[in-house]
Amino acid sequence: MAKNISFTLKYWKQNGPKDAGHFEERHMENIPDDTSFLEMLDILNELLIEEGKEPFVFDHDCREGICGMCSLYINGTPHGKTERGATTCQLYMRRFNDGDVITVEPWRSAAFPVIKDCMVDRSAFDKIQAAGGYISVRTGAPQDANNILIPKDDADEAMDCATCIGCGACVAACKNGSAMLFVSSKVSQLALLPQGRPEAARRAKAMVAKMDELGFGNCTNTRACEAVCPKNETVSNIARLNREFIKAKMHD
Amino acid sequence: MWLTNSSIGRKVIMSVTGIVLILFLTFHACMNLVALFSAEAYNAVCGALGANWYAVLATAVLAALVAVHFIYAIILTLQNRKARGNNRYAVTSKPEKVEWASQNMFVLGVIVVLGLLLHLYNFWYNMMFAELVQGHAAEVTLGGKIYEPTDGAGIMAYTFSQPVFTVIYIVWFVAIWFHLTHGFWSAFQTLGLNNKIWFNRWKKIGSVYVTVLMLIFVVVALYYCFCGGCVAGSGCYSL
Repeated sequence: MAKNISFTLKYWKQNGPKDAGHFEERHMENIPDDTSFLEMLDILNELLIEEGKEPFVFDHDCREGICGMCSLYINGTPHGKTERGATTCQLYMRRFNDGDVITVEPWRSAAFPVIKDCMVDRSAFDKIQAAGGYISVRTGAPQDANNILIPKDDADEAMDCATCIGCGACVAACKNGSAMLFVSSKVSQLALLPQGRPEAARRAKAMVAKMDELGFGNCTNTRACEAVCPKNETVSNIARLNREFIKAKMHD
Repeated sequence: MWLTNSSIGRKVIMSVTGIVLILFLTFHACMNLVALFSAEAYNAVCGALGANWYAVLATAVLAALVAVHFIYAIILTLQNRKARGNNRYAVTSKPEKVEWASQNMFVLGVIVVLGLLLHLYNFWYNMMFAELVQGHAAEVTLGGKIYEPTDGAGIMAYTFSQPVFTVIYIVWFVAIWFHLTHGFWSAFQTLGLNNKIWFNRWKKIGSVYVTVLMLIFVVVALYYCFCGGCVAGSGCYSL
């Protein structure tokens, strides 16, 4: 049976990257617990608009956990605490109790400047991807299925790496503001497949160089990223990236 | 140079210097183990090292390794603070699988270095340094008693006869233990010698190795704290 809960919502307001920002508080009454977290924020915004106030700004798009757009730091955890890996849009109000204080913050990292409120600029990820997260070799027309043999384990692992949606939760959780889990997943998804091998060395070097240039931190293997990744990427991807990068540099 | 101007390169520096320092600790622990069985044998080891050129050279290399490890720790920490930005989260929660040590490596490292300075003052200053300055016939006076710089067991008995040093050293060993429980597997992770299977293996190997290593130091310190007088031949003062 669905029930309604009432709680205090503390949400971050900030006018652009230079503004100091502050929390605003609001008591939310009788929110059905089968409301999704983003729907709850929609209710908040409707209330704010009715009162003639400025709505709370946050990122969202597909609302089914595959686009990587939603990005809220809820009660100290990126995407909030869910039972399994899930994004903010897959978080439901039944995870909270009547009378809770729910604190909503943006991803805080120098490489992700705040655009407004809890909407941050994650175009740094696009730039890293554009630096080498693709293949440009001619793979020709679609081939016979068994022309290029790929072990099932490798194919599965590459697919798991490719499920990274680039939401940036790893950077948000990392005390070093490191993007290694994202970059390593994007390097791995191609490095594990034969089509990705010809450019593997160039890709690892270019993407790491871009990541460093954009001001992400140095990975110290705390595994905070892995703990919050909505797609369950693991730090073994980071070991693979380190391996690819060191091999490439040794080869130079 | 990729080792200094890429994030992974800088981590490789931390990882390689760290592994060599763990190997040195292993050597040091083996040496200390001798002191549990025979003061003469331990002093023979001290004599063999002393102020001989190879020991001085090895000490210089170790000092350089510690310096590089520490300087890069500072550089990395500063860069990481900058990457984190000035805005801190109002509410934070530590996921279960994140080890406390992994997030406090720098603080632990500072404790380790402070302990190291005390350790150098207690031992190295009275042993290798005394020999370097005064030559092979050197003598050091500690607590009103004259020791030869190669009398490692005697100097150990003297140091640990003061409970305050025993306590400080044990705190220091615990800090090193925390530092290494993360450092050990993290070094192999950084070098890329890791995957889903080896992850748990490195962690297990690391905890066992580091625990045994640090227990040797603790046992030797406690032994010399309680039985140092007998070992160094000056009578059992603890009873």
